[in-house]
Amino acid sequence: MRDLLAGLRLALVVAGKDLRMELRSRTALLSALVFAALVLVVFNFSRDPTVLSATDLAPSVLWITFAFAAVVAMNRGFHAERANAAFDGLLLAPVPREAIFLGKLLANLAFVGAVEAVALPLFVLFFNVDLGGALPAILGVPALATVGFVAVGTLFSAMVVRTRFAELMLPVLLLPFMVPPLIGAVQATSRLLADRPLSEIAGWLRLLALYDIVFLTLSTLIFPAVVDE
Amino acid sequence: MPSSDGILLQATGLVRAFGATRVLRGLDLSLTAGETLVVVGPNGAGKTTLLRCLAGLMRPTAGEVRVLGRPLRGGDAEARRPLGLVSHQSLLYDDLTVRENLLVAARLYGLPDPGAAAERALESVGLGPRADESPRLLSRGLLQRAAIARALLHDPRVVLLDEPFTGLDAPGADRLRGLLAERVAGGRALVLVTHHLAEAWALATRVAALVGGRWALEAPGGGDPAPVLAEYHALVGANAGGAVA
Repeated sequence: MRDLLAGLRLALVVAGKDLRMELRSRTALLSALVFAALVLVVFNFSRDPTVLSATDLAPSVLWITFAFAAVVAMNRGFHAERANAAFDGLLLAPVPREAIFLGKLLANLAFVGAVEAVALPLFVLFFNVDLGGALPAILGVPALATVGFVAVGTLFSAMVVRTRFAELMLPVLLLPFMVPPLIGAVQATSRLLADRPLSEIAGWLRLLALYDIVFLTLSTLIFPAVVDE
Repeated sequence: MPSSDGILLQATGLVRAFGATRVLRGLDLSLTAGETLVVVGPNGAGKTTLLRCLAGLMRPTAGEVRVLGRPLRGGDAEARRPLGLVSHQSLLYDDLTVRENLLVAARLYGLPDPGAAAERALESVGLGPRADESPRLLSRGLLQRAAIARALLHDPRVVLLDEPFTGLDAPGADRLRGLLAERVAGGRALVLVTHHLAEAWALATRVAALVGGRWALEAPGGGDPAPVLAEYHALVGANAGGAVA
């Protein structure tokens, strides 16, 4: 129990460091936010409302925006570790590799959560979607879907950070793994926007939860092997 | 605590290969408290690879590294605690100030008063007035001082140094020699890799030359460095590989 608390404390130190660095440079957050806003604007103006209703298109657009903005945000996660070989300093410290992973994951979740928190109101504004009573559930779906793919993204960021084309490699590796949670999230969101009962999305939510558990566990277990040269 | 035989750092049969190229070819090394091993060698001899293996940043292809009797493995975080590393690079984050970098490091090492530890480290390298600047704004020499402060922050039992005098001016180099000598006198052990033996000679209790991934020369430190230098030059050729001063 004491080891667990010590590991959690170290994970918070790592996450706190990443958040402080990001708040100072704002590189990832700003680029992800600008990207999200651009995607929403482009999709909004390219849609012919007489052919395709907002509720038919909106879930896909929302999740494309979230997914690619998340990749932009996560690309930054290990980029800062590469300069001055700072990651070596982290690996040299008496910090369990799992705590480093958890810290990085928490920071990435905060970045992606912040992007989603800003993109969601923009989405409502541009697509004139009435969230109504579905708001809590609409907020719950991103929370459930994001954890899993951010865990995989954090692992892959660590894998590609030492490669020459890290920024290119991350989406190439990550996007196939994002397909299951994206399908689940789009399906759940479209049913929620159509005011369908919660029982209709229970299966999709279970899929998202299962994905989170499986990939959170796998990523945590694989991370130490990935970072040890 | 050191291992029962007083050895702080031990490497046995260390081999590291990159594909078909064997950079380290079965090195043995042991270091007790108060010892300074100065490692020289031409470019590509495997000096940096050796230090990375000793620091646990690179897994040896074969062989083992033990720190205070404890095998150095990625899964054993505590085995890394007694180690400090001054690398070719500063290991500092450009988006944090030097002081913040040291604070983060102090927290990662679980030091009881991170603020005081960071201040002591800054003071020891004379970097106090520039502590609130980003490492990217520092000159090469000041950045090296910051890297040294970070490496020595937690008072490691074993300090691994890769060309630590690079970029330092004469007072800075003297200050570093003083800091390292204090630590050796306090029972710490150093492995110092350099191309310029003269800079580190005053600290050396042993000198070893690494050539082609093997120990090619071992000699005690102290006294006149000329015979050791002559032997080393004869070994690698005066113009072969890195310059040795």
